[in-house]
Amino acid sequence: MDWLTMDLIVARFNYWVYIVLMMIGLYAMIAKNNYMKKLIGMAIFQTAIMLFYVSIGTKKGASIPILDHHGGEHGAGSAHIAGEAALKVGEAAAAFPEAAAAAGTTNPLPHVLMLTAIVVGVATLGVAMAVVQKINDQYGSIEEDEVLKRIKL
Amino acid sequence: MTLAQQAPALILLFPFFGALLTLLIGLYRRSWCWPATVAACAASALAAWSTVVQVAESSNALVTYRMAGWVPPVGIEFRVDALNAGVVFMIAMVSLLVAIFSRTVVINETAGKEHFFYTLFQMLIVGVLGIGLTGDAFNLYVFLEISSLSSYALIAMGRGRAAFSCFNYIMMGTIGASFYLLGVGYLYIKTGSLNMVDISRIMHEQDLFQTSTIHIGFLFILIGVWIKMAFFPLHRWLPNAYTFAPTATSALAAPIMTKVSIYVMIRYMYTVFDPNFVFGMGPRSDVVVWLAVIAMVVGSFYALAKRKLKMMLAYLVIAEVGYMVGGAWLANKTGLTGAIFHIMADGLMTAALFLSAGAIYYKRKSYNVTALKGMFQKMPFTMGAFALAALSMIGIPPTCGFFSKWYLISAGIEAGHYGFVGGLLFSSLVNAILFFRLLEYAYYGEVETPYVAAGKRGKKKGFREKSGRDEAPLSMLVPMWSASLGLVLLGFYSGEVIAFISRYVAEVQF
Repeated sequence: MDWLTMDLIVARFNYWVYIVLMMIGLYAMIAKNNYMKKLIGMAIFQTAIMLFYVSIGTKKGASIPILDHHGGEHGAGSAHIAGEAALKVGEAAAAFPEAAAAAGTTNPLPHVLMLTAIVVGVATLGVAMAVVQKINDQYGSIEEDEVLKRIKL
Repeated sequence: MTLAQQAPALILLFPFFGALLTLLIGLYRRSWCWPATVAACAASALAAWSTVVQVAESSNALVTYRMAGWVPPVGIEFRVDALNAGVVFMIAMVSLLVAIFSRTVVINETAGKEHFFYTLFQMLIVGVLGIGLTGDAFNLYVFLEISSLSSYALIAMGRGRAAFSCFNYIMMGTIGASFYLLGVGYLYIKTGSLNMVDISRIMHEQDLFQTSTIHIGFLFILIGVWIKMAFFPLHRWLPNAYTFAPTATSALAAPIMTKVSIYVMIRYMYTVFDPNFVFGMGPRSDVVVWLAVIAMVVGSFYALAKRKLKMMLAYLVIAEVGYMVGGAWLANKTGLTGAIFHIMADGLMTAALFLSAGAIYYKRKSYNVTALKGMFQKMPFTMGAFALAALSMIGIPPTCGFFSKWYLISAGIEAGHYGFVGGLLFSSLVNAILFFRLLEYAYYGEVETPYVAAGKRGKKKGFREKSGRDEAPLSMLVPMWSASLGLVLLGFYSGEVIAFISRYVAEVQF
């Protein structure tokens, strides 16, 4: 029992949160009758995935991923090295002394990916709301059963 | 660097800047949108052809393009090999043909919104081409959403139940794309990379195939692309969405969107993951092949039961998805070759069918089957193109449909999966019944006017029944016949195309 609570729930708390949120969103998308409520479900569903991504990039006690270097020429130099062809991972670590410091910082990549996903989510929501408005203009309702009744007529 | 070396990026950039330009031009003069779109699509098709030639000429059948020169695991790369070169070229050609075709229908159906239509039209092409080109798992998600968002807006421009069916499509499409994103997240947790080849390398080196994270990630990606391609139990969104969409939208989306999802599935099964992993986990592959068989049979039967031409074609798309998924999951080289060849063949024949259906609708203002009666006298050229595409769909020798089905059936026999062989033959027979019934209507039927003297209302709609020949304009006939003749050409050159595909298939270790 102790193993269950510690290993399955506490250690994987972030995954539980995302799964619960995702199921709430999925339930609303499938079971709700009102189109706006379906869209709210969709937003929750997408947000759950963003939380999942953000949580996998963080570490306990890690700092923000900003390089602490003095002198401006360094940035240009590393960009030049990155442009060179065929860098293996090991060589890349040697080329970037900062890579050693990566252990102490959070992983920024999932966070950056989610910036894109947020934009996509907003755009999807916008398109979907425009479509709901069109449905409302056409059938005079945004309740699914009402709309279906009017389609059958 | 010469211009030819930039070709993989140019394929994408032409329609992308074309989309932005079209919007600006449209504000000034809407009639210029069509030429701008056609020019962008033509340039993109040219770049795609140049890429195909480069891939064919390179020793290892691979062309990579690094965005801004960043080295792959960090930067995004476009990776064109013998698998996706053909798919990308098919997509670019189909979009060019549909762009030419769309001149009159877009003015007719979305009057006053041509510039928005063509902007979204080109963004859809950008998204689909990007999915085909990219070698980065997350980049693929972004392109997936670009294509989906533009297709939502394009479908909602239709009439009738368009908005309602579009809403269902948005729901399903979002779930599909989100599942894909989750799957990529699981792969990222284990491998720490987003580049497809890099993910594959790390999974092989560290032997991660036994971990449950990788299994779950694979399943999420698989279900995500299945929703996007309308594979059998997840197909319900497709028929309505494609039926009520504007003519040009369905002619563009039906051939390319489902096919590119099948490409993504094959890419994940064989390049990112390993056939030993995919097929080595118990009865799963057999279940998928049976689902594909059900998709073929159910899709064909629903198509036979429908009275609307476009609805029939939409259900046939579902049946065709069954062919390709089944071929890819038969776990042998013949099946994989057949599936990849069928992606190209089916893209072209779906385009030909939807284009001729669009031309018939343009003249008859009806998708009802009875509107086809006597069409061989009314529109002989349109019906000729339709008949050729129908023959390819059934699988009659000079056309490419025969060759892809031949490969798929041989693969079924090779794998000893007679359910698949039977399902494919049965579905072809149902196709034959369906299309010969339509052609019989068109050849022997008496011309009926579906809008018989609707009086003032008919006239208000601008519908006039002409006596004698009433052929579609040249801007429709040219793309229609190009697609149909392309089917015959692809049939004649099937040996060369399959030899090209084999360069990818030969590297797969079954």
